[in-house]
Amino acid sequence: MVGTSLRGSGPANAPIDSLLVDSSTQLGSVRIPAPVFTASGCAASGQGLDNFFDIAAIGGIVTKSIMLRARSGRATPRMAETPSGMLNGIGLQGPGIDDFLENDLAWLQARKVRTVVSIAGNTVEEYGRVARRLRELDWLTAVEVNISCPNVESRGQVFACDAAASAAAITEVRRALTSNTPVIAKLTADVTDIVGIARSVIDAGADGVAMINTLLAMSIDLDQMRPVLSGGTGGLSGPAIRPVAVRAIWQVHAEFPNLPILGMGGVRSGADALEMILAGASAVSVGTTIFNDPSAPWRIQRELREELGKRGFGKLTDAIGHAHTVFEASK
Amino acid sequence: MNNNPVQTIGKIIGVRKTGFYSVISIACAGIAETARPGQFVTVAVGGENSSMLLRRAFSIASVDDRSSYGGVIDIVVSAEGPGTRWLASRKRDDSLDLVGPLGKPYPIPKNPVATVLVGGGYGAANLPWLGKVLIQRGCRLDSIYGAATDLKVYGQLEARRIGGSLTITTEDGSLGTMGRVTDVLPDVMSKHNAAVVYACGPMPMLSAVAQIAQDNGAIAQVAVEEAMACGIGVCMTCVLPIIDENGITKMTRSCISGPVFDAAQVRFADINKLPSDVYGADAMGGH
Repeated sequence: MVGTSLRGSGPANAPIDSLLVDSSTQLGSVRIPAPVFTASGCAASGQGLDNFFDIAAIGGIVTKSIMLRARSGRATPRMAETPSGMLNGIGLQGPGIDDFLENDLAWLQARKVRTVVSIAGNTVEEYGRVARRLRELDWLTAVEVNISCPNVESRGQVFACDAAASAAAITEVRRALTSNTPVIAKLTADVTDIVGIARSVIDAGADGVAMINTLLAMSIDLDQMRPVLSGGTGGLSGPAIRPVAVRAIWQVHAEFPNLPILGMGGVRSGADALEMILAGASAVSVGTTIFNDPSAPWRIQRELREELGKRGFGKLTDAIGHAHTVFEASK
Repeated sequence: MNNNPVQTIGKIIGVRKTGFYSVISIACAGIAETARPGQFVTVAVGGENSSMLLRRAFSIASVDDRSSYGGVIDIVVSAEGPGTRWLASRKRDDSLDLVGPLGKPYPIPKNPVATVLVGGGYGAANLPWLGKVLIQRGCRLDSIYGAATDLKVYGQLEARRIGGSLTITTEDGSLGTMGRVTDVLPDVMSKHNAAVVYACGPMPMLSAVAQIAQDNGAIAQVAVEEAMACGIGVCMTCVLPIIDENGITKMTRSCISGPVFDAAQVRFADINKLPSDVYGADAMGGH
């Protein structure tokens, strides 16, 4: 087709030096100077990674989902390695919102780190109560609403498996925050119709979506002949789930092309990050890969610029959803 | 307390077999210079595109910061799974992606007291180096190394080199005294009125050592081997029920608050459980 590269791999432009590639991005109205974030639960509150790279130089830190009260987390074992991935059943161990504000968040603010606070709740009311504690913090990049943690006692408690429950949680958080703070709904791909869930959170006032959360999964210990994790099931993450994430991003971007999507699920390299951006993500988060390579967010940010430059993209924002254009043109 | 860890590509300068284990010597800048006994490194396994994502943790067995290679560390690998088998099959000049030094080291007594080292299997890996430091401090040193069978006893040569007494135990009697390290520990402790026991090995052994130390009025410093995903304090998988200075039990990360703990702080009987008095356990309904 006219205007489309015969390679089908990008605009028909000559490669660009990666140093000249503008990899800043937009999450809705917010300009983000760099496109790679840490995924919630994989960086704690950032301190542990600051030894390995400048955490203020990436897109931002998405903190581990915080709830109202201090939580011990589950008993061990909480983790199992699986092919190109891992299972975890941590159970949202955390200090509770007050301690988090006083320590973790104060540290991030003093360190001048772009910060997305991830929040969780057992009830719609708890989401609202946690969000209200963040209301005055106009320096936050966004609030991520984790409505999709798989490590709950019953599947009925996963808000993101139900459109009405998802909308109720997002409505409550949106109401609790000022309009200056973007609200990002974290979705799971463990649903029949992720587009329908995305629609419900957009209608409820979400400014963007983050996806995907870990997938519900299980490993069984063959010596003990029982599930490895203390809670039985856990969340599967890592490169093993990346194609599922790319599919989910593709579907939601196809329906809502202007919706900011924070893409995540097994991103291990700049090429993986580009795959998500071509599918429709505006920025990416790196999660489990941090455990393999603690400097990965910084490395992936550099590699992503190279991948964009190689394909002639002078701006990251030109690549967002580009695979849809090429795909349509090839039909 | 923790010195800052670095991530670095190390070069293997030698691999040697000792019984069931492989000792890998790695030239790696920035780790050997600051590491202290009890600290550990994590190693990425399987190469750049490995399907094994989780780094393997190894206590640092010894350091040489004056070798012609620059800083060199030794780790002791027991090839029992795909990741450790990959590591044990590395050759001289191969590269390894390392992070370290991690965790808190063994505390060293201020005064020259009598000390006992207790190692189970390759858990003994970090003890000879600790023993060297203790002897430099003027401490009396008695070492007890044991395993199920002779090939799995680590550290005989190393222990003999640094001095002090050495008792070996094997469960099958193939080497030294037949039995377990904890069978001989009470006698060794009482003989020289030991004030501190340092132990590294499987959790049941550490638990038994803790009890014996307590019965003898001694302090036990134990290095735990808890499964870790990250080793740097961000993933929350390696937690243990640890009693803090206010008497409150918290699920505590063994990678950054340990791996060495005062055994009196560790609730061994509650490992892999969630006792209701653990801080935050009451909030564990729902998520």
